[in-house]
Amino acid sequence: MSTLETMTDYVTATVGGQLFGLPIGRVQDVFVLDRLTRVPLATPEIAGVLNLRGRIVTAIDLRRRFGLPPDEVRKRMAIGIEHRGESYGLLIDTIGEVLNLPSSSREGNPVNLEPLFARMSAGVHRLEDRLMVVLDVDRVLDVGQHAEAA
Amino acid sequence: MNDKIANKSIRVHVDTLEHLMTMVSELVLTRNQLLEIVRRHEDSEFKAPLQRLSSVTAELQEGVMKTRMQQIGVAWQKLPRLLRDLSAELAKPIEFEMRGAETELDRQVLELIRDPLTHMVRNSADHGLEMPAVRRACGKPEKGTIGLSARHEGGHIVIEVSDDGAGLSTERIKATAIARGLATEAQIEKMSEAQIQRFIFAPGFSTAQKVTNVSGRGVGMDVVRSNIDEIGGTVDVKSVSGKGTTFIIKIPLTLAIVSALIVEAAGDRFAIPQLAVVELVRVRNNSEHKIERIKDAAVLRLRNKLLPLVHLKVLLKIDGGADCQAENGFIVVTQVGSQTFGIVVDAVFHTEEIVVKPMSSKLRHIPLFAGNTILGDGSVIMIIEPNGIAHSIGNVVIERDATAAGQEADRTDDRSGIESMLVFRAGSPQPRAVLLSLVTRLEEIDVRKIESSNGRSLVQYRGQLMPLIPVNDDVRLKSTGKQPLLVFSDEGRSMALVVDEIVDIVEQKLDIELLSEQPGVLGSALIRGQATEVIDVGHFLPLAFDDWHDWRERRVAAGRHRVLLVDDSQFFRDMLAPLLNAAGFSVICAASAEEALAVLRDGKRIEIVITDIEMPGMDGFELTSAVRRDPRTAAMPIIGLSSLLSAEAVERGRRVGLHDYVAKFDRQGLIAALKEQTADMIRAA
Repeated sequence: MSTLETMTDYVTATVGGQLFGLPIGRVQDVFVLDRLTRVPLATPEIAGVLNLRGRIVTAIDLRRRFGLPPDEVRKRMAIGIEHRGESYGLLIDTIGEVLNLPSSSREGNPVNLEPLFARMSAGVHRLEDRLMVVLDVDRVLDVGQHAEAA
Repeated sequence: MNDKIANKSIRVHVDTLEHLMTMVSELVLTRNQLLEIVRRHEDSEFKAPLQRLSSVTAELQEGVMKTRMQQIGVAWQKLPRLLRDLSAELAKPIEFEMRGAETELDRQVLELIRDPLTHMVRNSADHGLEMPAVRRACGKPEKGTIGLSARHEGGHIVIEVSDDGAGLSTERIKATAIARGLATEAQIEKMSEAQIQRFIFAPGFSTAQKVTNVSGRGVGMDVVRSNIDEIGGTVDVKSVSGKGTTFIIKIPLTLAIVSALIVEAAGDRFAIPQLAVVELVRVRNNSEHKIERIKDAAVLRLRNKLLPLVHLKVLLKIDGGADCQAENGFIVVTQVGSQTFGIVVDAVFHTEEIVVKPMSSKLRHIPLFAGNTILGDGSVIMIIEPNGIAHSIGNVVIERDATAAGQEADRTDDRSGIESMLVFRAGSPQPRAVLLSLVTRLEEIDVRKIESSNGRSLVQYRGQLMPLIPVNDDVRLKSTGKQPLLVFSDEGRSMALVVDEIVDIVEQKLDIELLSEQPGVLGSALIRGQATEVIDVGHFLPLAFDDWHDWRERRVAAGRHRVLLVDDSQFFRDMLAPLLNAAGFSVICAASAEEALAVLRDGKRIEIVITDIEMPGMDGFELTSAVRRDPRTAAMPIIGLSSLLSAEAVERGRRVGLHDYVAKFDRQGLIAALKEQTADMIRAA
């Protein structure tokens, strides 16, 4: 392994069967969704808000965000992140292990990637048996403001 | 001396205070959570310490709030200079009077109110005051006066910006409103002057410069209003042609913690800020309070007015916003500025002090929410923004207002003496009633939450233990399900009367036909053709709190003989006025000594004055002295009411010239004293 190689830790998760990774530095915590309060009139990607140790967290449904059909998973997991001083939870199907990956296995987005997807992907890591999409957290969180107002 | 005072204060960075405030807010939330847990466990040993924690937290909260308080004068500092400059520029001599600059409010609110205030004062100078020559021609002093005052009122601060200028031109406002399509000529015809004047706050009233010049006033008042709306405040205008204009702003002292009503719609709970809530009406299909429809618009007849209704579920488009036929819900009657409307909800829970947390930036664009909060049980709920709701149904409401105003005008004459009565059953099928204005809230409480201590029933209510008192010996607490309660509050204390069933709200002239000897009963009245026992709330208050009489200084408040009743408490005025009416007196009420003196000066034919002794500002003794000093009223019989019947107080009363001195809860005593005074009059005549 070359000394120039930079390694990055990723927290991995699956949504609709696809493996995703988030740079570990962006992840605050991982939690099981307890009580979610839906927010009327919000964009569909926003699953609701919840109380996480006294903070109000906005939950973003990644399935919705990726244009996938909803899933009947009861015990939803969420990855907690902070963005501009606010707390968000990204709803996922399952949480995976933390992977330490070299930048050499990372590629840009394939040109044929669906545009919706491509916008939120910061590249793809080739793992041995599958591909891991690196999430661009800022892009993922770019929801809501343009929503239809009441 | 000054050195000593200086040493007692230190500079603290605002951030430190903000942090402290945040922590206290968290503490309040945690306290609420604990209360909620203890509520679920009967006889928990945590109850007593938690009660203590609860009160300490409340004090701490108040203390921290105080540190954030700043005098409103800080926001006024630049105004005299501004007016001096304007005075020179406009060639209008201006006298600027500031009162209440020392009134304190939360610094956050202060920052938000600064600009609208500056704008309004500038407006008053620019458009409110006439040119000196015009003033002289009208017989006014050349120098115009602009007044700015602030005072506390309840949990609010009231700021008034006034001028002694020409007043708003109703004609011009009418023309502009019609021109701008805000209302039709027919609608305007039916509106009162006050309603027309309020058009200056309507969005779009003064956006175009041309219109501004024509209207002569109201420059950007819609902007001012939206600024004030944002901080949960209200603004109103009073204007008298040729005499001047006064803008009245009412804003909350602080933004961080508000009292809110928790409601449910479509299975979700929401908080509605208490400031906007006027009353709650229960809807029953078979009762008078049923929802009627004009095409798709739902309305409710409430005291001869049509109240436009909107279902929260529809408004929030929950479950696709399908209109629900749930005509058995509750209506939260809400007032925003001059607009009144009903928000239909499925259920109403309790009132809670909530900590307002800002909405996530991803949700802030939704105008119907003011923020969110964490409830005692840990769940997050949305706080409804009443202004947002008013806007979304705004047009409809303005039209209704116009019709309602027309109706009101037709009926005002025969409405005197009409009272709203809450009819209920307790212990027997015979209907009983209480004055609706006395009832603070109707509650249904899960019987499991009712606790028992020393043979008394209590329930946790808004962070306090509230005693439950049966209306009579025959009424029993239910053993399962929900227990209906009538909650009465005065000055932060609450008690609840246990009833079997709340039947209806009836509006009619209240003629109490016979005074009852039975304690707790005022008498009986014919309500809807049925003999109904009217209960005397005053009887139950001392039952609920042994110390009700001497609790704090009871800062408090009636024919054919005209009686002036002076009491600062609305509650006591509402309670005594019907009693005195029933005893054959015609009652005029005054909420303060100053107001009482004004009534007397007005030359209204008053024969007897009944005054509360303990009142803020001028008290009953001082009022008596003042009445005695005026030769016109020197011989006026005055009866003092007090919860403090010490020999010393009685002696002082005699010295200042009170004719009689009666204990506050002694109805018989009061009636007897009145009879004695009036008998004297007859003899004298």
